[in-house]
Amino acid sequence: MSPELDLFGPSSTDTSSGALTVSAVTGRAKQLVEAGFRVLWVKGEVASFKAYRSGHWYFTLRDELAQVRCVMWRDNARRLPAQPVEGIQVFVECRPTLWEERGEFRLTVRRMIATEADGLWELQLQRARDALERDGLLDPARRRNLPRFPMRIAVVTSTDGAALRDIASVLGRRWPAAELLVVPAQVQGDKAEQQLCSALELADRIPGVDVIIVGRGGGSREDLWAFNAEAVARTVADMRTPTVSAVGHETDIALTDLVADLRAPTPSAAAETVAPSRKDALHAVDHLARRLAHSLANRTIVGRERLERTGDRLLAAVQGQIERRERRLGELAGRLHALSPLRVLQRGYAVARNDQGQVLKTVRQFATGQRFRLTVQDGDITAVTERGGST
Amino acid sequence: MSEQPTFREELERLEAIVRALEDTDLDLDQAIGLFEEGVGRLKTARKMLEATDLTVKKVIRGARGSIRTDDLEL
Repeated sequence: MSPELDLFGPSSTDTSSGALTVSAVTGRAKQLVEAGFRVLWVKGEVASFKAYRSGHWYFTLRDELAQVRCVMWRDNARRLPAQPVEGIQVFVECRPTLWEERGEFRLTVRRMIATEADGLWELQLQRARDALERDGLLDPARRRNLPRFPMRIAVVTSTDGAALRDIASVLGRRWPAAELLVVPAQVQGDKAEQQLCSALELADRIPGVDVIIVGRGGGSREDLWAFNAEAVARTVADMRTPTVSAVGHETDIALTDLVADLRAPTPSAAAETVAPSRKDALHAVDHLARRLAHSLANRTIVGRERLERTGDRLLAAVQGQIERRERRLGELAGRLHALSPLRVLQRGYAVARNDQGQVLKTVRQFATGQRFRLTVQDGDITAVTERGGST
Repeated sequence: MSEQPTFREELERLEAIVRALEDTDLDLDQAIGLFEEGVGRLKTARKMLEATDLTVKKVIRGARGSIRTDDLEL
């Protein structure tokens, strides 16, 4: 018996033959391994990855010279945004152990991060983003304008987060005429993704909602991660009501930012953007009031003008009538004139009439010494017949 | 949930009234009717802006897809 085995103490006498059972040796080895290592960070390349339906992950971590089997239990695995791809370089926080059933040395992984900063998160984000892109949901042309004077504003966020207080404070200052409807949802943790989706759908069904803000205050990358979930992004993209995404601080960009009608850098900024100032609203009302007053004033002016125009036309019509009649009168007079028998006198003829006005047409009508009137072009003269006529 | 006209709807209707008064040939009776409606709506719109305290409510999902609200203290 080698002296090293003494390390195992009384177990060396587990069987009568002095030999150890397999379970005993693996059990002891397990104890030794677990006692010999504290929590470690190990760096390596992921290979032979398999995620079981149970949610547990099994994979190998390797470098050029060696490899080790790893397991990541469901509760830890589901905190990660995405499964690692083959060949990705990762750091794992783990406890070495020995899996007795297979006598296999392995690492129980509690956390995994890609060696490139946030590699796994980026990986998930990229996948989700690609999927949204394929469906045309990232097209900026899909973005709608926000209503100018929203009176009913819904906010999808946590009721105990800073985001809600910030939004309420900005709206209270700038646009207290509005009604703020809070649709509560957990914004981080296991339930965040599902709760955000259903709260968004609920907010979209509230009658009369003009605009919806979805978001949360700042936090770690993991805290903000629900807003990078593909399902949440798709729900935001599907909203009937114009929606503003406001996640974290200025520098944080979430997937929901890319599909919303507007991305606000912070929840406060979202409220600033959504709310007009009361001054602007009063201004708009005053402007309409002035236009309304003018429109009626103009209408009476237009009416008066029209009346005047009508009067003018009436006058013109009457005048025309008079003129037409005068003209007609002139014409008639002219014609009358032309028909006058006296007109012939203008050509040098004269007409003789007796005192009774009887026209003297024949010689016989003139007796010697008889007076008669002779009418010429411009008047009458009186004449006496010197020698009466006889035939 | 109430369904009274929102501020936006008041403004939209006002805009339409003003435009009708400005542009179209209306009877005087119609014009005066519209004008009076406009004055009423202006009053309502101004009143809406008079609120000084933001109303904050929590939305709760009721039975069978109904929606109700509850007061929410921040």
